[in-house]
Amino acid sequence: MLGEISDAIIRVRDITVQFGKTRVLDGLNLDVKRGEILGFVGPSGAGKSVLTRTIIGLVPKLSGRIEVFGVDLDAASASERRGVERRWGILFQQGALFSSLTVRQNIQFPVREYLNVSQRLLDEIMVAKLGMVGLRPEVADRYPSELSGGMIKRVALARALALDPELVFLDEPTSGLDPIGAGDFDELVRTLQRTLGLTVFMVTHDLDSLYTACDRIAVLGNGKIIAAGSIADMQASQHPWLRQYFHGKRARAVMG
Amino acid sequence: MNRKLARRYQLWLVRDRFDKAIRRAEPKGFASVSAEGWALVSGDPTLERIARGDGLALCAAGSWTARFAPVLERMVADAEKLGGTRPSISIDVSQVSKLDTFGAWLIERLRRSLTHGGVEAQIAGLSANYSSLVDEVRRVKAEPIVETDRLTITGMLEQIGRAVAGIGGTLIGLIDMLGAVLTAAAHVLIRPRHFRLTSTIHHLEQVCWRAVPIVVLITFLIGCIISQQGIFHFRKFGADIFVVDMLGVLVLREIGVLLVAIMVAGRSGSAYTAELGSMKMREEIDALRTMGFDPIEVLILPRMLALVLALPILAFLGAMAALYGGGLVAWLYGGVEPEAFLLRLRDAISIDHFIVGLIKAPVMAAVIGIVACVEGLAVQGSAESLGQHTTSSVVKGIFFVIVMDGVFAIFFASIGM
Repeated sequence: MLGEISDAIIRVRDITVQFGKTRVLDGLNLDVKRGEILGFVGPSGAGKSVLTRTIIGLVPKLSGRIEVFGVDLDAASASERRGVERRWGILFQQGALFSSLTVRQNIQFPVREYLNVSQRLLDEIMVAKLGMVGLRPEVADRYPSELSGGMIKRVALARALALDPELVFLDEPTSGLDPIGAGDFDELVRTLQRTLGLTVFMVTHDLDSLYTACDRIAVLGNGKIIAAGSIADMQASQHPWLRQYFHGKRARAVMG
Repeated sequence: MNRKLARRYQLWLVRDRFDKAIRRAEPKGFASVSAEGWALVSGDPTLERIARGDGLALCAAGSWTARFAPVLERMVADAEKLGGTRPSISIDVSQVSKLDTFGAWLIERLRRSLTHGGVEAQIAGLSANYSSLVDEVRRVKAEPIVETDRLTITGMLEQIGRAVAGIGGTLIGLIDMLGAVLTAAAHVLIRPRHFRLTSTIHHLEQVCWRAVPIVVLITFLIGCIISQQGIFHFRKFGADIFVVDMLGVLVLREIGVLLVAIMVAGRSGSAYTAELGSMKMREEIDALRTMGFDPIEVLILPRMLALVLALPILAFLGAMAALYGGGLVAWLYGGVEPEAFLLRLRDAISIDHFIVGLIKAPVMAAVIGIVACVEGLAVQGSAESLGQHTTSSVVKGIFFVIVMDGVFAIFFASIGM
């Protein structure tokens, strides 16, 4: 089910994460291929966000190995780790925009910190990124509190893309968006993946996203990956949760 | 197991901090690579000029990516000067090994500025992989947006004007809140079932019970200091014993309540503002309102009531602690025996002093509470705004406490208390 993939961009081996006495991830293995959009699903509270946060280093793990871009994150030196961090972008569930900075400053922040470029180029790149996520340059001087939920997600994506990362983590990108907005967002992710050659790791609950945007799907349950493969594999699976998820009322409505 | 995990977490935190420190210490960017050194390392971007007939070809090669943005920007700026020197210029990107938004935009920018120079510039040799990216940046509108917050005289005058107008607004806001709280209180008096006892008790614990140690400690120390200073200076006139008069009057009338009110403004006023402010930010207050509850009644009235009850209690405890500290120092440092101290204290102060001190306490509590609640509800969406309003809650709270104290001093002097 989980064959070794030679050109894996993320390689997770035997990850165990525990909070107090609850074991959230229990010997989990996962590979993400270069250039794919991996949809990551599972019941609420199964630990999807925990896995994402463990990979990006926000949650300490008990044991296991995580390699991103072929770098073992535990063994990496500070500068190697920084190199990896520059090559990924993260979209948090609530956007996590800096509330005291404008949209412009939010998007320029990582660029300004990492690259010594002129204000003119910063502004131009900011406008380009806003355009990519489908926003007009006029929103640049608004504060996050003056944006709608969908715009916050888009600006957060623009910020995640600011340094042209090779890998993007999206934590429930379409939650809280209306179906049309969510559809646009899926389309956007797909387009960006094509234009920029991105690898996308997407935690989602949205069946539409799985059907329209994802190349491959991994399912988390009981702290392990219980299935991984194409949407057809998922539908063929006999696992009870998968059957319910992909053959339930909502799934039929989506496929209908 | 838990301990092991906690240890790991701590180690991880240390490493995280260490990483950040390193990151700060290291120089930024990759611009330190010298211009001559570019071509030596494979993958580094180049932009060569090759003459083709009477035209010119700019051959881009290497990886045109964010990593090399500072270098790329300089190369492109140099090449932009060529605009208008040749009848035709083409940009050949067939040798570019890697392209991202930064590179694509800089090539597009170069094309545009060469075209603007009166020459037709073209991009040649674009691979199919990157054409969609170049198409994407081609849609970017070039005119840079200029941020307008320059420091000008009119701008400064405007700020002063706004600040002055803001004072009036603050006063109106306070009166507005006072009215709203009194209305809510009257409403609760008519329908006692609406009174939130649990919430009030909870806040009473927070602002009163938990404040006792720090209030007692600080007033005790202040009492000691006043007594020590009094004895030190009064001794020159042989008037040691009058330190008891000074201590008694000062502590009971002024210092006790004023000091405690300032501490409460800093401790509980700020907490109220931060609590209400973050509830405002997360739309919790709007949620309450839509469910048919009055936020004043649910959130503010219990807090105000707790504060109004707490401050007299704390002021009393503070006054006792200050007298105790003063007495202790008078005994140990000034040689005033406790019996003599108490006898003198009985002569020096009357019940009036004590009453004057305690009457002020609930009024000051109300002022602190109202300021804190007004500021809390004024918080806008950002973390910065929360910080500003919490600061101004404490500053205004302390200011109004001192103003009230002055007003009370005049009032009590005129009625001879």
